[in-house]
Amino acid sequence: MPDRPHYYHQHDLPRFGEIERGAPELARKFFDWYGAVFAEGTLSAREKALIALAVAHAVQCPYCIDAYSKDALEKGSNLDQMTEAVHVAAAIRGGASLVHGVQMLNHVDDLGM
Amino acid sequence: MARVIPTLQKQGAPLADGAAQRARLADTPVPRSFADALRSAGLYPLRPTQIEILQINVGKRCNQTCRHCHVDAGPDRTEVMPRAVIEACLRFLQRAGIPTLDITGGAPELHPDFREIVTRGAALGAHVMHRCNLTAILLPNYADIPELLAAERVEIVASLPYYQARETDAQRGEGVFEESLVGLGRLNALGYGRTTGLVLNLVTNPVGTFLPGSQAALERDWKRELKRRYDIDFDHLYTITNMPISRFLAFLEARGRTADYLSMLANAFNPAAAAGVMCRNILSVGWDGTLYDCDFNQMLELPVSATVPRSIFDADLAALEAREIETGPHCFGCTAGAGSSCGGAVA
Repeated sequence: MPDRPHYYHQHDLPRFGEIERGAPELARKFFDWYGAVFAEGTLSAREKALIALAVAHAVQCPYCIDAYSKDALEKGSNLDQMTEAVHVAAAIRGGASLVHGVQMLNHVDDLGM
Repeated sequence: MARVIPTLQKQGAPLADGAAQRARLADTPVPRSFADALRSAGLYPLRPTQIEILQINVGKRCNQTCRHCHVDAGPDRTEVMPRAVIEACLRFLQRAGIPTLDITGGAPELHPDFREIVTRGAALGAHVMHRCNLTAILLPNYADIPELLAAERVEIVASLPYYQARETDAQRGEGVFEESLVGLGRLNALGYGRTTGLVLNLVTNPVGTFLPGSQAALERDWKRELKRRYDIDFDHLYTITNMPISRFLAFLEARGRTADYLSMLANAFNPAAAAGVMCRNILSVGWDGTLYDCDFNQMLELPVSATVPRSIFDADLAALEAREIETGPHCFGCTAGAGSSCGGAVA
């Protein structure tokens, strides 16, 4: 077992396909579906890469942030667009917390006089 | 970045030397050799299909010093194609019946005989292409050139890596984007990109260490944004991969990313792109008349096979079309993904 002082390693990203070692049929289905999702469709491949970049930040996946920063650049997005996408993710995350404040208000109203 | 930086040659950098670049690339580990990749595609040894383009590099002088430049061109370079070489190029163009004359540099406009090369090439019936940086034509002594190009129906291939300033200037120098828009506006006003027969194509190299995306998709974005923002029109967008040569190699070395970049290119090897590489239908002539398989080999000082005459003065079309093309690890740059050539993606 190699020394692994960190949970995340950059060189693990290109090893993603090795997940097929267990449940290969599920891996095949996943990667086929994944490829189809990111193909040019009603949304352009560039738009999908920006969505993926935003979601990568929302789920805070370093592998995905690495992959989709590069993918977004390759597909022609620029820093302004990519930063706006990250702000969208941040706004949804922040907003998701804040909107639960309504539940807090409901409890306060229930409990208070 | 500054508008103009000293070239590698001016700096006395070791990578100014083609042999030093080849040695550095040869020392860099890659997943497999380019020859093995060609073998896997049934293309080894790589040979020409038919020479359809004579690409002449008229010199290394340029008014810009782009960070990715494989020529290491700049204002401090003095190499200029002599008249005798120009005459030999035009003779060979006519004698061999090559349909296209592709003029590159440096900024070709800065060559004192550029106008004559264009006029005489067109008079020979060749389709003339000019590789334009969009700013040299704004210099006082060269402002007449766009009209000449339009009169001779010269196809213009102009560099513009991105449709906004930050990215363009990061690659090409501070203020280059704004000036390029002026150049594009002048070309559009003459009908380039807007009139049949006056072809204006743009070239984008990635502004960084990544591969270019889909040429068709990027062309749609570039057309939409350049029109919406600046009322600029053009015909086609060519995507060209940054080659690990000269200043881009120096950039990779400074970042410690040469091996990563070469591996990325090698892992993206596309047999279809390999079948369509430009060295199969182009002959490249250096400023001193030496023959090369492509402009990249030219900058690596890697001439055509020693089995054929290596000078434009005794060029032999039949021998050249039967030669083996010289290759190396840098060639992965032309075969990665959708491929890369002077005319953009090939697969």
